[in-house]
Amino acid sequence: MLQKNTYAAPASQAAALRLPPLTAASGGRVPHASVIALASIVALLSLVPLGFIVWVTVDTGWGEVIALVFRSRVGELLTNTVLLEACTIPLCIMLAVTLAWLTERTNIPGARIWSWLAVAPLAVPAFVHSYAWVSLLPGMRGLWSGVLVSVLAYYPFLYLPVAAQLRRLDPAIEDAAASLGLGPWRVFFRAILPQLRLAICGGSLLIGLHLLAEYGLYVMIRFDTFSTAIVDQFQSAYNSPAANMLGGVLVFCCLLLLAIEVLVRGNERYARVGSGAARPADRRRLGWLVIPATALPLAAAVLTLGVPFVTLARWLYLGGAGIWRMDTVGSALLQTIALAVAGGLLATIAAAPMAWLSVRAPGRLQRILEACHYYVGSLPGVVVALALVSITVRLVLPLYQTSATLLLAYVLLFLPRAMVGLRASIAQAPVELERAAMALGRTPSQAVRQITMRLAAPGFAASVALAALGITNELTATLMLSPNGTETLATKFWSLTSEIDYVSAAPYACMMVVLSLPLTLLLYAQSKRTAGQ
Amino acid sequence: MTFSFTHLTSALALAAALAVAPLTANAADSEGIVVYNAQHEGLTQAWADGFTKETGIKVTIRNGSDMQFANQIVEEGAASPADVFLTENSPGMALVDANKLFAPVDADTLAQVPETFKAADGNWVGVAARSTVFAYDKTKLKESELPKSLLDLADPAWKGRWGASPAGADFQAIVSALLELKGEDVTKSWLKALKANATPYKGNSVAMKAVNAGEIQGAVIYHYYWFGDQAKTGENSKNVALHYFKNQDPGAFVSISGGGVLVSSQHKKEAQAFLKWITGKGGQAVLRDGDSYEYAVGNGAQSNPKLVPLSELQAPKVEPSKLNSKKVTELMTEAGLI
Repeated sequence: MLQKNTYAAPASQAAALRLPPLTAASGGRVPHASVIALASIVALLSLVPLGFIVWVTVDTGWGEVIALVFRSRVGELLTNTVLLEACTIPLCIMLAVTLAWLTERTNIPGARIWSWLAVAPLAVPAFVHSYAWVSLLPGMRGLWSGVLVSVLAYYPFLYLPVAAQLRRLDPAIEDAAASLGLGPWRVFFRAILPQLRLAICGGSLLIGLHLLAEYGLYVMIRFDTFSTAIVDQFQSAYNSPAANMLGGVLVFCCLLLLAIEVLVRGNERYARVGSGAARPADRRRLGWLVIPATALPLAAAVLTLGVPFVTLARWLYLGGAGIWRMDTVGSALLQTIALAVAGGLLATIAAAPMAWLSVRAPGRLQRILEACHYYVGSLPGVVVALALVSITVRLVLPLYQTSATLLLAYVLLFLPRAMVGLRASIAQAPVELERAAMALGRTPSQAVRQITMRLAAPGFAASVALAALGITNELTATLMLSPNGTETLATKFWSLTSEIDYVSAAPYACMMVVLSLPLTLLLYAQSKRTAGQ
Repeated sequence: MTFSFTHLTSALALAAALAVAPLTANAADSEGIVVYNAQHEGLTQAWADGFTKETGIKVTIRNGSDMQFANQIVEEGAASPADVFLTENSPGMALVDANKLFAPVDADTLAQVPETFKAADGNWVGVAARSTVFAYDKTKLKESELPKSLLDLADPAWKGRWGASPAGADFQAIVSALLELKGEDVTKSWLKALKANATPYKGNSVAMKAVNAGEIQGAVIYHYYWFGDQAKTGENSKNVALHYFKNQDPGAFVSISGGGVLVSSQHKKEAQAFLKWITGKGGQAVLRDGDSYEYAVGNGAQSNPKLVPLSELQAPKVEPSKLNSKKVTELMTEAGLI
């Protein structure tokens, strides 16, 4: 459900920019111009961080830019980043595909429970994963620790789409392959794996971007990435050219990842042609192999859930009742919920015009606007925050250090998440119902409001939940942009762990997990539903 | 999942509206002061609580780090939401002062603190102090093997054996003292050696923890981390002892935590009262009795009896206004440390 399904645009709709007449007699089409205008505003806003970096680069002057970008420290960070991506993503793919295969296509006992447990790590924020590991093994540091914790924290982003895709596959293709004499292994690699390509690419991209953006996880295990280095610079000199230039390199890395994903994804057809529907695939009987096959999801669950829960429980036990101070924990909880819900709603509302356009009126301009919506979500929080800090303090002082700016950052960061749920549900609301309503005398905007919006409500709620889940655990932008006196669970947790007060930090970690659990459940239910179960 | 999403959404929207309302209220509009705080949160919170209890004036704290806030205040200029700026070290203070953004501190506040712990121009005042130490692993190093001077750590013999927190304001203050005492060339080569020899950590407590765990044999940090941990459980410092460099070595640098009132403040009276309170009896007693273990600096104020007295540290004489933070950031960026 987290993939970007490329929506095939019928050629007849390519000229979407032509303004249709507003009368219901013309076949009752909703005018697109106003929706395009709305989506363009959001797209323009999403270009702000990129525009800022370009402006700073010009403002700094080439000599200094070159001195700040082509220095050995940047080389070190680049090496770290490339190694991290190159080690983590393949491991995530192997783990996620194997787990998805076991839970969806074999007869291991408790397949349902294992599939839920494979998604559950998403409820534990990445920096809580590393907090747990560092409490357990204080010596953890460097690349391999980074890879280990990243895989454990992020592989569900691949497991979800791959498992959903496996559920949808037409087993007839595998039967055909087997009838041509291929053994089970070769069937898997030649008939199944190629069909998982889109899911694997989408999930890998998501993980790759998370690795670039993540800050807290890598600080705890002492592994320097661009995000950690930008925060170091920010703390040493606020929004200095050095920090902004590192941001520029980081943005370049993000855009490079997006481009690589497009190249690897390719543009083959994956839909079946002809009549009939796919039957559900049989589950493979594993025989005695069931024991090692069950050991893998068990081991994954122990490492991804057991470790955080055991360490959290230990710190909570050591802290006793004294660490649950209602004035601090309670207030951080309320502020987090408020920000998450407000940000989630705003992000979803901002994504709505584009989601509607991409389904109802695809076209060349719309594709460009949509690219803006997606690219901005790929930017790390630290980059967006740096841009907004500088712009508000220099140009728009009334917005400086207000909730409005923080919420704007959340909207930009979580636009793509909001798009995903909305698009799917708008696509499922038949356009004919809108037209029928208009034929019965409703104005176009009434028709959209009364028909499509109602039908898309579940998708809307899922989008809000997804964005809220991201906001609950957001750290860097919140640290840099929050209004005076605002403390969220994430920022409080962070300041306490920086002092190595792991005991007092535990309640905050615990609350973040508790808040994330229902949202993760929703995500899981959604992915089951899109796969038609 | 059969519950109604629309009901859920409207309920959540209502909850959000209710909860965001207090968030959007700007702290500066209310009666009270905004403190840009780079000091340890616990210490400033204790100060703020004590001050509010005595005067009824509300204190809103924004937490960050020395140089971030100093540069931020310069960038904010006349529009700064902050009334008071508190640091852990003086370079941040010197930067704000050089940009003429501090209002002069009230005379009776200045009178509470001796000459050595305030700015010569009277625009900011010391609120606490901290001493540089070499925290070492006493299970691995004998006293005779300890470095005599901070500069000895540049020796290749120390390669891979020590650590620090180079991105932190504390360490950058120590470097600024080195720069002031020994000049640019010595500092440059020392930083180069640091890049080659030392392990970088994020935070002094993390560096001390690494010494304790045997990852490195020593770390250049400030004194109070060790005392704080000993007072709690000691689990991050049981193998650690402190070595004071003394005899005016750059490594014996005593850093002044400063406080100042911003010239742009709309609540100068309250802000001055806050500075007066923390440099006075009540505020300095928090240092003596609390769990911060930083040195008290007020006239006649006692520090925690567990600490080595300030008078015995033989710190080098450094004029705080001369600490050049901008140069330090440049040199450290150049050395590839940040």
